[in-house]
Amino acid sequence: MEKGILLIDFGSTFTKVTAVDLENPGVFYTAKGPTTVDEDINIGLEIALENLARQIGHLPYFEEKLACSSAAGGLKMIAIGLVPELTLEAAKMAALGAGAKLQKVYSYTLTKREIAELISLKPDIVLLAGGTDGGNKEVILHNGELLAQSELTCPIVIAGNKNTQDELEELFINCNKEHYVTDNVLPTLNKLNVDPAREKIRDVFLKNIIEAKGLKKAEDTIDGIIMPTPQAVLKAGEFIAKNKIIDNCERILIVDIGGATTDVHSFSKGEPQNNGVVFRGLPQPFAKRTVEGDLGMRYSLNPLIEALDSESLLKHETQEVEKMVGEILSDIWSTSSIRDDFEEDLAKGAVDLAVKRHSGYLEITYTPHGINYLQYGKDLTDIQLVIGTGGPIVNSKNPGGILSGSLFKESDNLTLRPKIPKFSVDKGYILSAIGLMVEKYPMLAKRLVEVNFSIIKGGN
Amino acid sequence: MGNKTIVTGVIGADVHAVGNRILDYAFSQAGFDVVNIGVLASQEEFIQAAIETGAKAILVSSLYGHGEMDCRGLREKCEESGIGEIILYAGGNLVVGKQEWEPVKEKFLEMGFNRVYPPGTLPEEAITHLKADLNIE
Repeated sequence: MEKGILLIDFGSTFTKVTAVDLENPGVFYTAKGPTTVDEDINIGLEIALENLARQIGHLPYFEEKLACSSAAGGLKMIAIGLVPELTLEAAKMAALGAGAKLQKVYSYTLTKREIAELISLKPDIVLLAGGTDGGNKEVILHNGELLAQSELTCPIVIAGNKNTQDELEELFINCNKEHYVTDNVLPTLNKLNVDPAREKIRDVFLKNIIEAKGLKKAEDTIDGIIMPTPQAVLKAGEFIAKNKIIDNCERILIVDIGGATTDVHSFSKGEPQNNGVVFRGLPQPFAKRTVEGDLGMRYSLNPLIEALDSESLLKHETQEVEKMVGEILSDIWSTSSIRDDFEEDLAKGAVDLAVKRHSGYLEITYTPHGINYLQYGKDLTDIQLVIGTGGPIVNSKNPGGILSGSLFKESDNLTLRPKIPKFSVDKGYILSAIGLMVEKYPMLAKRLVEVNFSIIKGGN
Repeated sequence: MGNKTIVTGVIGADVHAVGNRILDYAFSQAGFDVVNIGVLASQEEFIQAAIETGAKAILVSSLYGHGEMDCRGLREKCEESGIGEIILYAGGNLVVGKQEWEPVKEKFLEMGFNRVYPPGTLPEEAITHLKADLNIE
């Protein structure tokens, strides 16, 4: 490789680099080094590049260097709305879709106690929503005033009732608080509008947050830190689904198991599929991301085991489970002694629970005309492809077994999980790198997807 | 906007969608901002929609005869939710079987509804009432 582009992912622990050959599409190399936010982010990046050079034989000329980051806690956000099921839910979707980690959410009028708690959480951005356009004004104005007068120092993105924008802007200007106004996340009850808020969050992330995270130091080396890592994964998924790149599948689910969280991304409309089903609740976005903070294979191992039903762990003796958990937790990054089948069961359990929480569900209602069904959330039964990524899946000998945790279950037939999907694995662990490329290098990204992903056993 | 926002929908386990659409159309034509939450709607959904949109009235439709059961407690829940003053209308086949209208009406007024309409009422009647109740025009 002589000429390539470099894609960097500053993770919480590792800095991962991917070099893509510009002249031979489909050829790529990956390497990693530690993430060194505390000293200088460039130190870890240098190590990763040295490892990369060792593989290729030399370091190629990089025409462009693009990066995403979840280092230093990623993008930590707080979402505020009015009714929990309505504008707060819309605000949550906007923040998660921007790749944020939600620390806490608040609804209705904020109390001083809540403001104090919010400040103590040290968020990177606060998203303030509430009221449909022309709807309730009092609550968002009350909350805006408390925030404006508080000691909060982070930027505030305002995406609520448009009829409160002028007043809120004035409040924040008077208190000299950094703020950004954008379109309402829920202009009317039947219309979700999260894209403008997502874009604004991304702008603010670019403008301020990377500096606060010590990533600014890498800016001379790279051409730009573009987005939080989860947003890169979301972009990659959207690209793969809309262009039907893998086996012509256009309705896709991505499951990403990490050490602290399990992320699920779905790309489909998720509308009811039968006549007798009535959709209730908030409209759903085509690209939807949920994050399960209690389901992870390392930092969140204990809550994961607590959440699993005993069936998944029954084949292992309790004592043995405790011993293995102890080993994992005592040395989080060295897992050489952990048995594969145990890791696999845990990973399958994490996929099972995370996909269950992400999927929509039916509620039965008895009417004088017979049984009717109410659908909340997305119907994912017609998902065609489930893609697995994240260390526990990518490094597993039996990824199909782990991904089978995502499937529809007769014993839980009101949860609308995928019924007959195919399975694929992110072999080269490059999903976020693909997300970084899709805007500027769609053809190269497409070729990379074709090379990296293939259909594996276990699915249909 | 604001003063002319109303929430409409069909309450309970009732799936009658047509009358609801007609009401949506008629009230929209009359200048109201209609937030139509559709069929099979629960009391909570009416209230949540009213809070979020700052609606001034909730218009509940019911055609399948169980309206009394479905509407009971709505006023109290509105009060608990901080929108106790909101105008509440109900209309349709509100009770089981063929009952005399006056006692039915009384029952609904006691339940905290401001106006109640029997089957066959034209939308214009309710529109005129709502304009009066909201001091519009």
